[in-house]
Amino acid sequence: MGDIARLIGQRFGLGLIILLAISIIIFFMVELLPGDIAQAVLGQSATEDNLAALRKEMGLDKPAVVRYLAWLKDAVLFDFGNSVVTQEKVTTIIGDRFLNTLFLAAYAAVIAVPVSIALGVVVALLRNSIFDRVANVVTLSFISSPEFFLGYILILYFSVNWGLFPAIASISEGMNFLQLLERTFLPALTLVLVVMAHMMRMTRAAIINLLASPYIEMAKLKGTPPWRVIVSHALPNAWAPIINVIALNLAYLITGVVLVEVVFVYPGIGQALVDAVSKRDFPVVQACCLIFASTFILLNLAADIGAILTNPRLRHPK
Amino acid sequence: MFVIVYFAALLVGSSVAAYFNQRTPFLLLFTLTLVSMVLGIVGGRGALEMVAIGAGVLAAAAMVSYGFKEFLIQMAEGDAGAFLKGGSTLLTALAVFTALTLMSFWFGWGITEIFVGLIMLTLILAPLSPETAKELRTAPLTAAFGMFVIFIYAVLGIFAPWIAPSGEAEVITQAFAPADENLLLGADQLGRDMFSRIVYGARNSVGLAIVATLSAFILGALAGLLAATKGGWFDQFMGRFADVIMSIPSLIFSLLMLSIFGPEIHVIIIAVAIIYAPRVFRLTRAVAGNVVVMDYIEAAKLRGEGTWYLIRKEILPNSTAPLVAEFGLEFCFVFLLVAGLSFLGLGIQPPTADWGSMVRDNATLISFGDITPLIPAAAIALLTIAVNFVVDWMLFRSSGLKEN
Repeated sequence: MGDIARLIGQRFGLGLIILLAISIIIFFMVELLPGDIAQAVLGQSATEDNLAALRKEMGLDKPAVVRYLAWLKDAVLFDFGNSVVTQEKVTTIIGDRFLNTLFLAAYAAVIAVPVSIALGVVVALLRNSIFDRVANVVTLSFISSPEFFLGYILILYFSVNWGLFPAIASISEGMNFLQLLERTFLPALTLVLVVMAHMMRMTRAAIINLLASPYIEMAKLKGTPPWRVIVSHALPNAWAPIINVIALNLAYLITGVVLVEVVFVYPGIGQALVDAVSKRDFPVVQACCLIFASTFILLNLAADIGAILTNPRLRHPK
Repeated sequence: MFVIVYFAALLVGSSVAAYFNQRTPFLLLFTLTLVSMVLGIVGGRGALEMVAIGAGVLAAAAMVSYGFKEFLIQMAEGDAGAFLKGGSTLLTALAVFTALTLMSFWFGWGITEIFVGLIMLTLILAPLSPETAKELRTAPLTAAFGMFVIFIYAVLGIFAPWIAPSGEAEVITQAFAPADENLLLGADQLGRDMFSRIVYGARNSVGLAIVATLSAFILGALAGLLAATKGGWFDQFMGRFADVIMSIPSLIFSLLMLSIFGPEIHVIIIAVAIIYAPRVFRLTRAVAGNVVVMDYIEAAKLRGEGTWYLIRKEILPNSTAPLVAEFGLEFCFVFLLVAGLSFLGLGIQPPTADWGSMVRDNATLISFGDITPLIPAAAIALLTIAVNFVVDWMLFRSSGLKEN
């Protein structure tokens, strides 16, 4: 077990280093602003005195490296400073929204993961049949459509024409769980459709890749029934690619969520990010970017570790 | 009446197919008959008509793609691209250019349209030769459909000012006016002609995506080729740098950059170039890495050729196929990203027509059951699907990658 722990430790270290590099990019990108933040906040007409006062208040008179270290220290403790537009604490602005986004992503994932893996396996088994071709074209169409296209089509049919689900996913404090599920059904379904198409294709590719290997051929030749070939020969080796597929697509979910939240006016972190970008509220933008990027890295890390745990070959790199 | 004719036609069709031992058409037709029967019983006449229209549209699309494919094959067998090769290339180009310049005086064409038109003409004609005819024959219908759609979009984009009945930003009637003979798709939220704006959007949205993809591609491919030929610390450094950029979600990264530098076209292009270059870099590095170890590279090095010569004459010609397919894929990603950005109001700024922002601006119509705002979105989806179809076929062909 010792070297597994060491390998996982190494991956964690690598993830941390990448995260650090990203935080540097996110912080110093804002430094590239023509002028500086104070200028951008107050506008061109600001007087020198006001600018100087704001710079002092935001600590802009200190060198960038010092400010970066201070920002990083606070960010690790989930304190991203104050919004430059509303003066509220960034944490209070995005705290609840982050939970909402996580809820939406989890909702979509719970539906999408089992269905798409099952379908992917079925399609892989029926490869080159009519069913497979149709599935190929349909999934390709879903991948190629922008999220807002799918979202608006769902709104048109499910809420305007048939009146089944609300078009706007507004949620409030006192709602019970079922109401919550109903309100957020359409945004979740949009995400499910996009992610499912990706996952099905990737699962199909992984399984087909596996079924072409010699030991599967051997199992078939010695007369093992097809379901046994799948369950006891193919599946144990398919876990690594499948875990990879899941993690990659969950990572994809968190970017897809931005557009879907805007379409359905869902109070999530993606909408906060878009608002902050158009208002040029840099602390909020930085915080959102850091949160999205770390979730992304964490999921990729999980994929790596999952692959190492399920595939002994990766534990002994040559 | 409609029901009887419809079923009779289907049954006759499937019987004929069965009589001539055509398995696939028979299965297709008979499945359609069964599906129509079930839906007809469950959903009544409306559902039946839906199925019939859907099947009709699919069949029409298939026929058009088949026709277009045959057309391309005929062109290729006639060696339509031949006049661009050989010694007379320059002369022909000059002749065409003079003709186009004359036409520009007569019809008032702009110089940009002529230039783009010339490039398109060369791009379409140059690869048409008897060898490509052979490969075109193997193209599946989906790829032919993709090529047809791309062709239509190119025509729309290049000749937008002549196709669109009114100007891009011209207010001609009141807001959200319904469709009639003059307004094919009605008016948008400011009373501009929706159809004209969609036509212009083909130029603006697709053009921006192409330019952005090109810059990402040039940046990434150059870095990849350099890294592969130079190797050493440069290679290592670029690889790690690409890793870091790729671990930031692309939409988030572009939002960050747009928030800082403002939503302007050149910012979008640079942002996309930085975000997507690492992906191209990875692929080029991998492909070129396989070429670099070949003996003929060693020989060229021993001859004392420089890095630039190696890249241009030895490595690039031997790694074009996967790079072209990658360009198509990359274009899809970039196109969707740019559409997403402009949907969020951070893309091409008004009054320039752009599909993403058109969807957002007219989204309120959807709650009245009107599908107009979905048309630009569908235009985005259709082009991406078409490019994907073509790329699928090219990947399959170039890598000889046979599943199974």
